Amino acid sequence: MENKIYFYPVWLRLWHWSNALLILVLIVTGLSMQYSSFESPHIPFSLAVTIHNICGIILVFGYLVFITGNIISKNGRYYKMNLKEIGGQILVQFRYYLYGVFKGDKVPFPVNIERKFNPLQKFFYVMIMYIGIPLLIISGIGLILPQFIVSRALGVSGLLLTSLLHICVGFFVSIFLMIHIYFCTFGASITSNFKGMFNGWQETH
Amino acid sequence: MKILYEKCPNATSGLITAFLVFSFFAAWSQNNSGTVRKFENKEDNSKCFKCHFNNNYTVTSPDSSKIITRKMYMDLQIDSNVYYHSNHRYFKCIDCHSDEYFTYPHNNDLRFEDISTCLDCHGGDPKFEKFNFEKITEDFKYNVHSEKHNSTFSCWSCHDPHTYTTHARTDKNILEVVAYDNNLCLQCHANKRNYRLIIDKDNPNLVQKHDWLPNQALHFKNVRCIECHTKKSDTLLVSHHVMEKKDAVRACVECHSRNSLLMATLYKYQSKEEISRNGFLNSIILNRSYVIGANRNYYLNMISLAILYMVISGIIIHALLRVKAYKRYHGK
Ligand code: HEM
Repeated sequence: MENKIYFYPVWLRLWHWSNALLILVLIVTGLSMQYSSFESPHIPFSLAVTIHNICGIILVFGYLVFITGNIISKNGRYYKMNLKEIGGQILVQFRYYLYGVFKGDKVPFPVNIERKFNPLQKFFYVMIMYIGIPLLIISGIGLILPQFIVSRALGVSGLLLTSLLHICVGFFVSIFLMIHIYFCTFGASITSNFKGMFNGWQETH
Repeated sequence: MKILYEKCPNATSGLITAFLVFSFFAAWSQNNSGTVRKFENKEDNSKCFKCHFNNNYTVTSPDSSKIITRKMYMDLQIDSNVYYHSNHRYFKCIDCHSDEYFTYPHNNDLRFEDISTCLDCHGGDPKFEKFNFEKITEDFKYNVHSEKHNSTFSCWSCHDPHTYTTHARTDKNILEVVAYDNNLCLQCHANKRNYRLIIDKDNPNLVQKHDWLPNQALHFKNVRCIECHTKKSDTLLVSHHVMEKKDAVRACVECHSRNSLLMATLYKYQSKEEISRNGFLNSIILNRSYVIGANRNYYLNMISLAILYMVISGIIIHALLRVKAYKRYHGK
């Protein structure tokens, strides 16, 4: 039996890898700006700003591709969560990662054509793609066009609040990225999910 | 705004007056909170303001009794409303000017009158010590303006004694301080007529000259010209050593970094006050403004580092346990 499912159509792969690359550049340039110093400039400040702005703008277009793709293709259904059930399912999946996996338990939510992501994975993908990235984009646009930001909220500069939001969400996206890459090694083999994201086919357990 | 300045000098004075009047209301409300001092000189002064408030005056010829109307030069016009809200508001005109000015038409010789300098009143007085008048006078010697324009350029050129109010050393909103201070420079640098009163060439276009600056409008609104154009001073709140154009700050990181030079200039007074009020930590974040790279919050830094280390060690431990479990189930 051929244990492979065509999960990643071309548009999704193109979006995913361009998005991954942009996010990496954004993290590096973002950190460089946040921790810029006169004594040891990592990347010249104005260059970091320019690269960060350009990558951010390209990322917005990529994001539109992702959203449109998920609306018009069937890929969107993998992101639908049943709010009543997801909590319990996440717990089951979490327990599996906490000790089940070490005891050689069977995966609680095996991948099939109806279920590309396990509940925990689904939850994080939804959080990142439908909450995190939009917040980053909105606050990022605010920082590029500061004239549209409220100048003051509760006595604090609107610019400060916007950038605080941008930096915090950016930080969580970086944390997501590490966890994401680690959990991608839980495929049929350590590398099979990565291969899948390149050739489109995911091997199932 | 710049274009307005260029094309219409009246608009400049209008704007400046509006701005000054606005700031005087603020000063007025502050003064009102303390004891109210009475103006005792209004009557005497009104004799001067009768002409000097207006843009023209009339003189009667002593010989022919002919009456003529003449323009009052801008420099000699003083708006009494503004004067009575300025720092020097309790003075009589003749405290600084000769009382012979009470004779009208004024005696021609009066133009040789010695005009007092800041130090004449403020020098050596312990009450004014914190303002560092002596050090500022010293600093000003190296200012390009005094080097280039010698005696025609004095303290008065920027700080009109009839209108001046303290700004930087108040609890005012930083943006107001920025607007006020920048206006001092713009009075000439954005006003062709005033610029030409000092030097025989046209004022360079400031917007064009600064077109390398990203987000120019935002920078102009939030930082003062002097942040980049003066040499930093440890002892002075406002450095008066305006440097030559070529020495101005151009590297972004001078401000956009932890040791932001703005802490030594624009935020110097505020952060000193806030540090004493709120302790050292957080003093910048409370500063109601935001500069990329300069605003760093200690707690946020610590929390994010803790989360980062937890995630990294979590991943490493999990991976090691996986390897161990794999070996147990699949043999060596
Ligand atoms: C170098 C960085 C990255 C690597 C190596 C990587 C790797 C992978 C792999 C192997 C998959 C397929 C496994 C799966 O279906 O869960 C995947 C899927 C996914 N990744 Fe990444 N990723 C990276 C960066 C990112 C970033 C920065 C984001 C978002 C901000 C992201 C969001 C996603 C999403 C949403 C999916 C599921 C796509 C779908 O099938 O609908 N990835 N990633």
